[in-house]
Amino acid sequence: MAEELKLFRTWSSPFALRVVHALKIKGLEYETIFEDLSSKSASLLQYNPVNKKVPVLVHNGKAICESLVILEYIDETWKQCPLLPRDPYEKAKARFWAKFGDEKLFSSIGNVLISQGKEQEEAIAAAVQNLKLIEEQLQEKKFFGGETIGYLDIAFGWTANLISILEEIMDLKLVDEEKFPVLSAWMHNFSDDPVIKQCWPPRDKLVVKFQAMRESHLKTVLSQ
Amino acid sequence: MASEDVKILGGWPSPYVMRPRIALNIKSVNYEFLQEQFGSKSDLLLKSNPVYKKIPVMIHGEKPICESLIIVQYIDEVWDSGHSILPSDPYDRAVAKFWATYIDDKWFPGLRAISRAEGEDAKKEAAEEVIAGLVLLEDAFIKCSKGKSFFGGEKIGYLDIALGCFLASLTVTEKMGNIKLLDENKTPNLFKWAEKFSSDAAVKDVMPETGKLMDFAKVLIAKSKAS
Repeated sequence: MAEELKLFRTWSSPFALRVVHALKIKGLEYETIFEDLSSKSASLLQYNPVNKKVPVLVHNGKAICESLVILEYIDETWKQCPLLPRDPYEKAKARFWAKFGDEKLFSSIGNVLISQGKEQEEAIAAAVQNLKLIEEQLQEKKFFGGETIGYLDIAFGWTANLISILEEIMDLKLVDEEKFPVLSAWMHNFSDDPVIKQCWPPRDKLVVKFQAMRESHLKTVLSQ
Repeated sequence: MASEDVKILGGWPSPYVMRPRIALNIKSVNYEFLQEQFGSKSDLLLKSNPVYKKIPVMIHGEKPICESLIIVQYIDEVWDSGHSILPSDPYDRAVAKFWATYIDDKWFPGLRAISRAEGEDAKKEAAEEVIAGLVLLEDAFIKCSKGKSFFGGEKIGYLDIALGCFLASLTVTEKMGNIKLLDENKTPNLFKWAEKFSSDAAVKDVMPETGKLMDFAKVLIAKSKAS
């Protein structure tokens, strides 16, 4: 039976990219529907009426929303290349850090982008603290998942791409190879993985997008 | 068989702390309930949850597990006594996890916003948002329960625990704000479910009594106004 597998995403959403990574690692064929969030399709609104957001994975007509929920669904449905650890305690730790990444790390990195001067210095200090916590979780492993890419690598995957872009825009260093030897190595290993490498959105487009985001935020602050 | 050296760090008023306690009750796992002193954090809490320093924390043997819904999933995966808390079908599991995320990220903050709202108009608007959320959850209930008593079907499941832990807070908010949120007419299924959930054997001893919770809430409000 032909399986229907559709992914609603935007070209740049780091959350949608998680689902792309998981589907590619599992070797799954799927259809991509690119959304314009300023003009959401009727299908997206039908499949995710509550949050109206991407990503949404539709599997044989059933919609699954929220990127981390989708990752677990994919892992439970297709057993090849397991993403989550088998041990319940290791699983709980992976889920905890993924949640931390979304609740604390993501916004702390974002705050660096949208601030300047003293406020940015404080934002950088907070972001660095959060990044240190992440690095501690890697210990001496190649990936958070061990020898191969797993759930937590995918959950943190956005850092391997977006942080260097933000560093370029703002001409500062957040993940210094000296201060973050383990995390820096992970970022290279993750980014250069052949499956992951082919999925990154165009870098120049991302630079333009985040540059514009920063300028627009700073302008708003100035006019207040 | 998993070792049953289980501790829960928490406090009786906290809905989040209720969640792992209900899960352990479902599994008939004995645990030591270590109550934090309100207003201070024990060394054990700070050591077990250095990132957030929040309750609940479950300590199983030497291993700390944090974040209430993550603890509930852990409990379900370690013990197969009692009944399964998460559904077995991956899609049903995804639906349950989606709604639990919605409840924590959107619905409960909306409930808390009612008591913080200043002025009648703001209170009314906040209440309407919570009711709109309950209407969504009513629909989710109909789909998930498939005609049975709970979101989880015949027995209490993950989503029952995720939402049900807030029932006492909901009642207190209704009484203190003199408003109706869980309405028999607007959300008849949830209304019936609330009664069944609250009186379930795994729940009734850990759900705070409304009067006691209301007194606690009043103390909290007085403290926050004084500071």
